[in-house]
Amino acid sequence: MNMRPPMKKLKVATASLSGCFGCHMSLLDIDERLLELAKLVDFDKSPITDIKECGPCDIALIEGAVCNSENVHVLRELRKNCKMLVAVGACAITGGLPAQRNRFDVGDILERCYCDMPGAQTRVPDDPELPLLLDKVYPLNEIVRVDYFIPGCPPSGDALWKYLTDLISGRMPRLDYQSFRFD
Amino acid sequence: MTEAIVEPEILEPIIARFNGDPGNLLQILIEAQNALDWLSPATQGFIARSLDLPVTRVAKVVQFYTHLYDTPRGKYRVLFSHNITDRMAGSPALMAHMLKRLKLKRGVVSEDGLVSVGKTSCTGMCDQGPAILVNNRAITKLTLRRIDEICDLIRAKAPLANWPAHYFRVEDNIERADMLLGSAYAPGEALRAAIACGPTGMMAEMRKSNLRGRGGAGFTTAVKWEACRDAPGDERYIVCNADEGEPGTFKDRVLLQSFSERVFEGMAIAGYVTGARKGLVYLRGEYTYLRAPLEAKLSEMRRNRLLGMSICGVPGFDFDIVIHMGAGAYVCGEETALIESLEGKPGHPRIRPPFPVTCGYKNKPTVVNNVETLCKVTEVALHGGLAYAGTGTRQSAGTKIISVSGDVERPGLYEYPFGVRVSQVLEDAGAYDAIAVQISGAAGQCLTPQEFGRRIAFEDVPTSGSFMVFGNNRDLFEAALNYAHFFEHESCGFCTPCRVGSALVARIMEKIHSGHGARYEFNELTRISQLMSTSSHCGLGSAATNALQDIMKKFPTAFDRRLIKRDFEPGFDLDAALARAREVSARDDANAHLDAHLAEGADA
Repeated sequence: MNMRPPMKKLKVATASLSGCFGCHMSLLDIDERLLELAKLVDFDKSPITDIKECGPCDIALIEGAVCNSENVHVLRELRKNCKMLVAVGACAITGGLPAQRNRFDVGDILERCYCDMPGAQTRVPDDPELPLLLDKVYPLNEIVRVDYFIPGCPPSGDALWKYLTDLISGRMPRLDYQSFRFD
Repeated sequence: MTEAIVEPEILEPIIARFNGDPGNLLQILIEAQNALDWLSPATQGFIARSLDLPVTRVAKVVQFYTHLYDTPRGKYRVLFSHNITDRMAGSPALMAHMLKRLKLKRGVVSEDGLVSVGKTSCTGMCDQGPAILVNNRAITKLTLRRIDEICDLIRAKAPLANWPAHYFRVEDNIERADMLLGSAYAPGEALRAAIACGPTGMMAEMRKSNLRGRGGAGFTTAVKWEACRDAPGDERYIVCNADEGEPGTFKDRVLLQSFSERVFEGMAIAGYVTGARKGLVYLRGEYTYLRAPLEAKLSEMRRNRLLGMSICGVPGFDFDIVIHMGAGAYVCGEETALIESLEGKPGHPRIRPPFPVTCGYKNKPTVVNNVETLCKVTEVALHGGLAYAGTGTRQSAGTKIISVSGDVERPGLYEYPFGVRVSQVLEDAGAYDAIAVQISGAAGQCLTPQEFGRRIAFEDVPTSGSFMVFGNNRDLFEAALNYAHFFEHESCGFCTPCRVGSALVARIMEKIHSGHGARYEFNELTRISQLMSTSSHCGLGSAATNALQDIMKKFPTAFDRRLIKRDFEPGFDLDAALARAREVSARDDANAHLDAHLAEGADA
């Protein structure tokens, strides 16, 4: 795509909460356009850079659902520091696959896994380092305000590219039907 | 699941009565449930085998209709009408009282399997609410005392037939009568007048009358009849839509209770003109109490040769009517969903075209008319089309029956020539402090006092007849929340915009109601409303947020005072969401908690 470079490089943060990193793989799937993207944006906190603390950013791309207290902290950190927060993929938008556990009581699940399984310990771990599970798995928009949603499981590399380039060049991001049609 | 045994001696006669016809599946299921209290998997299996249907077809129908139960709901199934007018008349307190007396939770059957108490959509008793249904029998004008009496009767296991008859009395409450409600009527008069005109002559009168459908859409009746008459087909059907589900409407109930021969004669005249020989009345399940008197009226008309073979001695004029029952589905008021339901299927609206006039019941040309429209047909037959067109306004001929309920001194039916001002209706009904009128039910529009000068007519404010009045102590947000729950419950689930959209609207409204909603949620309501109104499969979805949008626009303070100033906050307590995990891991350290909000000033 032929594009005039913006005045200032935009800052992008990405995170995977309770997801499978499939959406991040999709981002890598834009292939050689990654080089072009690197000219347009800088990555802040992201599995790509391994930066741990998020600084002021323009765009946050977040995959995965909110399943534990750490997810809440990361999501809030990104919301606080990023002008625009984007829910990427089915889990971030609806809870997706992780939300399958919402039919069960989280206490029962933990006891089943840690106490009842053959060869298991006798109690649920209580290390304060461990994030606690929420009663249910939540989509991002039930915890913070979300500006955009990019559907797909995962969204295609092309969809992510179209979205980012629209946004970077100051257009209202639009995905046509074909880019999120999966059958 | 204690009663998994099939009772063939109960089911077989029911199936035989409906000729083992799979098209009567819904009717068979309704009767089976009346006899057995619920439809167990064994019962469904037996019916499926007897009708040679896959059991999934039967289960699909059972699950679609709210008043069919695939789990036990007790010998006495009490349902409180959840319409806003019933709520304003105090039904939530009455329901809480009953639950307390019976030591029950809503929707849960008592341990002895005797009774359950739940909610249902508007039961059409808005002028004499609060109302309940007990095993589909309506009980009106509830008071705390009557609730106590009912609890005692249930505990004593008294059969419904032995309950005091005055509980079940349903008043007509005709407050203003005009052409239809006020004129004397001799049985057979209209039919003989139509026969005197001949089929073509009567059709010409219908055209001249400019009669338009009274169900809400206002389609010209003569055009519908002509299309049906001229459509190719060996059989034609006349369907009377008595699935009066629009919240706040109860005119059809009164017409069927006290003017039923006019409805049936209207159907016969439609048959005479279009060449149909069979009529079907689709009666909503909430009006089950009307069934026996209507059947008696049909028998009487057959005896008087106003129905049956060679009506009024005219050779070849054969027409008869059967009554089909609904089982609690608002969407079945939509004509194609109604036809699906008549065919014994779940009431999912069909794709139009083809329209019912060419491809309706059993894929034959079918006219679907509202109860009131069919009564109007008798007026046209009696007085002629021109006389009929002489009342009302230019595009809305004749009179309209309005069902007035809510904060008025005299709720009931008011019949006016079209063109009457809203303020006139309010004055006649004794509404002195109205801040809003919800016209045409939950799918209609909400009018403010500035608009009370508007006229009820297709040119200005069209209506199916519902007229719910809100006094100055009412909170319109509560009404909007009520409509949101109504549509979430009544969406048939067929198309995604309506199924998901109505649920999203209800969740957002609940979030605002609980004090967690921000401007963001308010804007989301508008966005989802627009999506639903443009992309839903049928009118239910596209009209589902009309009233909500009206209230948001015209009563902004009802929303504003509930919205939080923050940018966003979760609709639930995040820290409480960790409670269960804290409990099983026996933790209470600082990391085992979450603040309710982002740090102040954090949200951009």
